[in-house]
Amino acid sequence: MTKSYEELPLTPISDTPSTMNMTGLWRVIKPVVDKSKCKKCTICWKFCPDAAIELVDGIPVVDFKYCKGCGICAHECPAKCIVMVKEGGG
Amino acid sequence: MRSVMTGNYASAYGAKLARAEVIAAYPITPQTAIVEKLAEFVQTGELRAKFIPVESEHSAMAACIAAETAGARTYTATSSHGLTLMHEVLMWASGARLPIVMTNVSRAMAPPWSVWADHMDSIAQRDTGWLQFFCQSNQEVLDTIIIAYKVCESRGVMLPAMVIEDAFILSHTSEPVDVPDQELVDSFLPAYSPELKIEVGKPMGFGSLVKPDQYMEFRYKAALAMNEAHDRILRVEKEFSNIFGRDHGGLLELYKCSDADFVLVAAGSVAATAKDVVDAFRAKGSKVGLARLRAFRPFPHDEIRALASKVEGIAVLDRSYTFGAGGAMFTEVEASAYSGQKKPVMKNYIAGLGGRDITPKILGLILEDIQVAARRGAANDIEWVDVAGLPRRWR
Repeated sequence: MTKSYEELPLTPISDTPSTMNMTGLWRVIKPVVDKSKCKKCTICWKFCPDAAIELVDGIPVVDFKYCKGCGICAHECPAKCIVMVKEGGG
Repeated sequence: MRSVMTGNYASAYGAKLARAEVIAAYPITPQTAIVEKLAEFVQTGELRAKFIPVESEHSAMAACIAAETAGARTYTATSSHGLTLMHEVLMWASGARLPIVMTNVSRAMAPPWSVWADHMDSIAQRDTGWLQFFCQSNQEVLDTIIIAYKVCESRGVMLPAMVIEDAFILSHTSEPVDVPDQELVDSFLPAYSPELKIEVGKPMGFGSLVKPDQYMEFRYKAALAMNEAHDRILRVEKEFSNIFGRDHGGLLELYKCSDADFVLVAAGSVAATAKDVVDAFRAKGSKVGLARLRAFRPFPHDEIRALASKVEGIAVLDRSYTFGAGGAMFTEVEASAYSGQKKPVMKNYIAGLGGRDITPKILGLILEDIQVAARRGAANDIEWVDVAGLPRRWR
């Protein structure tokens, strides 16, 4: 809802951190991990630009609240254990 | 205390008297002496301030932005390539509505490499949302820094200001300067206390993302603030004059313009020379005057229009050139002048680039040339003054 200029502060102020911004909502394709092929190299974890990958026993677990589906993890994975699939099945 | 000092020291004393609390700067010719002097003030304890040496002008302005956001009165100084390196963060300072005051020692842009007086650096920043004051004397430099803080920190304005002194002509030339008493300055300029600032224990993001449905309202607020700065400059300067006995002429200083048929419009140190030339013409019975653009932002639109309604010709001297358009002062003065009913003959004179002297003789020839142009009803044009290879002789 657009506010009148008179109601606004001098510059926009945000009192919530950017982690409140659920960027996972942007996603149209998602990474799917084949844990059996993972070599635990952690390259996907290092490359994820949104820090949306956590490692559980060295194996990636994607945090879909923030994963935008950019596909960098799948592109970088040397073991080819991550593939990008369309959201919503199909 | 009356003293003899350079424009650079006048800047340093201005910032000291204004009790700047954070100073972040990077050295550049011919500005360096300003922040060297301020570093000395901080080191000796004469000024209680945090001095932050940084690795670039971009960082200097970023540090000032952060400190100002935390509620500190901040100051920096730069010149030419340093100023233009700041360009991005200058926009941030005004958009975040931070009343930072900075001296720019106006110097030519390279190439060709040059360290001398030229307004291209300042003019290139005219759209950054900063107030811009072009000074004609070292006294005006000192006074304008103090005035600028008061104007900029007022609730209706909250925008940053650039106080501009010409390279070497002011920065390195000594003149008599009255350094006012600290108590008097304190009574004129209270401590900075913004309505909103970063506070420990209360995390907030300043200048955060807005969507297209809300962006324009913030820009409109800044536009209103710059309009408000126009009247605020006049009010604050009147108050300054009552306390300190000096008046620098508001946004457009009119010198012998009330009955003038022809006026020269100029900014910076050359305007002081032009006053002597106007006096010499007056002594011969020639009704000429000088309109000194002291503020380029906000632009004295109404003042120019009122002046244009009374004169036959206006010569605008630009110490910079905007390629493909003309002198920026000329194009803006022309736009304001021609928004009125009467349309005097106008001509643009490009002079003094890269520190070339603009002599009294040249100024006299310009004042004669605009009268010739008016008699001929000449179309408005741009004349490069004193360029080797062009047919006219100006020396």
